[in-house]
Amino acid sequence: MSFINYSSREINCKLVYYGPGLCGKTTNLHYIYAKTSPDAKGKMISLATETERTLFFDFLPLSLGEIRGFKTRFHLYTVPGQVFYDASRKLILKGVDGVVFVADSQIERMEANIESLDNLRLNLTDQGYDLNKLPYVVQYNKRDLPNAAPMDQLREVLNPTKAPEFEACATSGAGVFDTLKAVAKSVLTELRRGQ
Amino acid sequence: MSGPDVMYPEEQQAMSLVCARLTRDANAKAVLLIGRDGQAIADAGDVDELDVTSLSSLTAGNVAATGGISKILREKDFFSQFHEGEKTHIHITLVGGRAILVVLFDERSSLGLVRLRVKKSSDEMVRLFDSVAKKAAAKSEPSILTEITDSDIDNLFND
Repeated sequence: MSFINYSSREINCKLVYYGPGLCGKTTNLHYIYAKTSPDAKGKMISLATETERTLFFDFLPLSLGEIRGFKTRFHLYTVPGQVFYDASRKLILKGVDGVVFVADSQIERMEANIESLDNLRLNLTDQGYDLNKLPYVVQYNKRDLPNAAPMDQLREVLNPTKAPEFEACATSGAGVFDTLKAVAKSVLTELRRGQ
Repeated sequence: MSGPDVMYPEEQQAMSLVCARLTRDANAKAVLLIGRDGQAIADAGDVDELDVTSLSSLTAGNVAATGGISKILREKDFFSQFHEGEKTHIHITLVGGRAILVVLFDERSSLGLVRLRVKKSSDEMVRLFDSVAKKAAAKSEPSILTEITDSDIDNLFND
């Protein structure tokens, strides 16, 4: 849940990057961290296994500038994508303001994408949220790979509600900031509308 | 989506004072007050060298994970946790289900003293959070959100 501090004049929001294992959630955050000026970011934390798979979450605090004298701060989280970390994923969705679903474009990962998206809907419902009402953006990652599925096919299966969507290659950074901007903007717009 | 959590200057100042008094009374190194979603609310003591943002997020994650364990055990939330380090120890308490009070202390204090002082401060914090909730529900303070325009949001994302 967003937090507005009238004393320190800050608006804080929580964004969660969701998606199947190895789809590139952490890579998104690494790219954002690498390309953001030091004064606009905090330390990036990764709670990962020895093989660098996300164990609990990654965390990156970002400042996006000021609105009406209030600093806007976004806390970016990733969830662990592996199926058996479901309990952890539920916890990380608590208090979420906006979600990015990072899909793995590889045709072989279509099933994993579908399973993860179903899991996202279910876990949001458990936390009292509805994906259709939450600021939400879909990112089709790994578009550079030769085995990437056609966009039409991905769209049809993974984005039936026609949420804002972006093609990306998180390793090179293509589409990463477009995705972030879209979800952050949607969160602020929704926050204002909620008043 | 429910409305945002808020904090007003009057209560923020009062919470900072409670943190400062707890730091002193418990002989603590530092005290942090954190929202359950990991947002830093107030602090006191030696925080200059601390990465308060990271500490807040990790503590909230820790509390959430412990809450998950309590559910599996069909137990209510675990109200407090204690982590014993070589030099620095951490005492974590839930404040009225709304926030997390973290006390960092060393050999100059003891777990017993910290627990004793935390209880009193925690009660005061609950009263202050009640006050914030009442103000927010009554919408007695003007909201910044009503002043924000589309162009304000667009301008934030102009390169």
